[in-house]
Amino acid sequence: MMAKSGYLTGTAQQPTNSALNASTPVAATQALSDRSQPDATGSSIGAAGVPANVTGQPTLSELASAVGHNTTAINFVWTLMAGFLVFFMQAGFALVETGFTRSKNVAHTMGMNILIYGLGVLGWYVCGFALMFGGLPSLPTLGGFTGLNSEVTVNLLGHPFGLFGAHGFALGGAYDVGVFVLFLFQVVFMDTAATIPTGAMAERWKFLAFCIYGLFIGTIIYPLFGNWVWGGGWLSQLGTNFGLGNGYVDFAGSTVVHMMGGTIGFVGAWMLGPRIGKYVNGKVRAIPPHSIPMAVLGSLILAFGWFGFNPGSTLAGTDLRISVVAVNTMLSSVAGMVMATLWMWRVRSNKPDVSFMCNGLLAGLVAITGPCAFVNSQSAVLIGVVAGILVVEAALFIDKRLKVDDPVGAVAVHGVCGAWGCLSLGLFADGTYGAGWNGASGAVTGLLYGNPSQFAAQCIGVATCGVYAAAITFVIFTFIDKVVGLRVGSQTEVDGLDVPEMGVGGYDGGYGL
Amino acid sequence: MAESICPHHVRVDWEGKKRLGGEYMKRITAIIRREKLDAVKHAMRELGPGMTVTDVKGQGRQKGIMEVYRGSEYCLDLLPKTQIDMVVKAEDAERIVRTILETATTGNIGDGKIFISPVDDVIRIRTGDRGIGAI
Repeated sequence: MMAKSGYLTGTAQQPTNSALNASTPVAATQALSDRSQPDATGSSIGAAGVPANVTGQPTLSELASAVGHNTTAINFVWTLMAGFLVFFMQAGFALVETGFTRSKNVAHTMGMNILIYGLGVLGWYVCGFALMFGGLPSLPTLGGFTGLNSEVTVNLLGHPFGLFGAHGFALGGAYDVGVFVLFLFQVVFMDTAATIPTGAMAERWKFLAFCIYGLFIGTIIYPLFGNWVWGGGWLSQLGTNFGLGNGYVDFAGSTVVHMMGGTIGFVGAWMLGPRIGKYVNGKVRAIPPHSIPMAVLGSLILAFGWFGFNPGSTLAGTDLRISVVAVNTMLSSVAGMVMATLWMWRVRSNKPDVSFMCNGLLAGLVAITGPCAFVNSQSAVLIGVVAGILVVEAALFIDKRLKVDDPVGAVAVHGVCGAWGCLSLGLFADGTYGAGWNGASGAVTGLLYGNPSQFAAQCIGVATCGVYAAAITFVIFTFIDKVVGLRVGSQTEVDGLDVPEMGVGGYDGGYGL
Repeated sequence: MAESICPHHVRVDWEGKKRLGGEYMKRITAIIRREKLDAVKHAMRELGPGMTVTDVKGQGRQKGIMEVYRGSEYCLDLLPKTQIDMVVKAEDAERIVRTILETATTGNIGDGKIFISPVDDVIRIRTGDRGIGAI
């Protein structure tokens, strides 16, 4: 990336010589180069850290080089650290899903949550990354690599429609430090989407069937839609092609990650059928969770990881919008939690249901993920409040009317509130950020701030996500069902999946409960 | 049967009336609220008998309680209780039962029950002692 020869050739105490180079910003650096001065404010020493032929006296081009290097370095560190936070969300998902299910299925649910990491990452490495980002023209904040430039495109209606990338399989031809940052940050997003269906389909999904799904999600299911939104594909081109705002905008993945995972989970839970004992003579019977502490801890870990998920999606620590993103993320999540709690407590039931405190917190997070960079704080609270009501109503509707059994509420949280998030962006984006987003002119502006075409783009994107995810999931799950079967036998399910499927119990090595 | 080293054992003819011990020894099984265990245990320290404590689940005449989770009802039909088992001399049984009543009662539904039954014999495994002396 950067020539670093200055570090090697410069000595620590170079004599001052202002005549060395006319372009040296002498006045600014002369005092700073003197290391013998005490640094009472902690801000005096600095120029010696700039790689220069003459230490402490960088030329203008050396200074520019150092500034550029530092900017990229800040972006690298920020994006990597945010990626590490997002990775930790795997632990959150494992705890939430296992806590909300029964103690006889603990090893099975935990097993899915850890193995999806390996299956997803390998599939993503071999194929998924190339499909999603193989057509990205450049990485402006991460060093400017331009080698991922192979987007497979068709021409329809006289406009180019990007379908998928075709460069960087197993990171071939993309051996660039910036690409590796992007790879890590995006792979943990894919893994987040991948682990959502394991909650909706918990307590009855055959482990082998899950493993085959795990190979598909990272290689094909997730990256295709991801390319259309984040990889330069056709949804991101709606702005430049058809003048629909800035094209379809999903800042950190309300749809790309969450609605994708939620929709897969919905189709999967529907195809599996409800757990034995969930519906008795047409009546809904609640199946209480085995560990509320686990579920609450997992939810808080997820909320913590989300501070990487959303603010990290700038891919730039030098993008000062990160403060707005972080605050909006927090506000929406707490609004979602408080609203879901109140709605359950006062409207839909008569007690403050802890499971909906967890669901509400995550609902607010999922909803604000798409619009977090483009809306003001009041809108963020409102988006969270709506998500809090929506998650309760959706969960009860899915449970009681559709009779699709989702043990952890993943469909309501990620599917429904993911859709709401990207629609809300089309309403509340206030035009203060996102200038030139997706190559379209102007900042991202929603319907309520005067740009109905942005809302149209959001509707198209959300509808595409739902239709695409449901269709490809149905095809792949039907295939898996034909080959190995989706669901465990009824005796296995009644006994608990742990011993028959995994060979060991979750807590005491056997049939403890 | 070898001669017992326990002086109390002479009361029972083990070759003949095996059920005779029931007149002299009683088993008290108390199923109480979990939070009352400490009080009962403390009171028993004064009275002397040993005890075995077990965490149990069960239902009384109310057959548990209905609760709501995620908007749907379910029945908590086996509620957690604590069971205390004591084998005591028959003449102590009434006093011990009275003490349990004094320490474990709240007056609300769910206080539990006490069962009293005869005990044929008691054997201390370490020494082989039998009868009241082995209590």
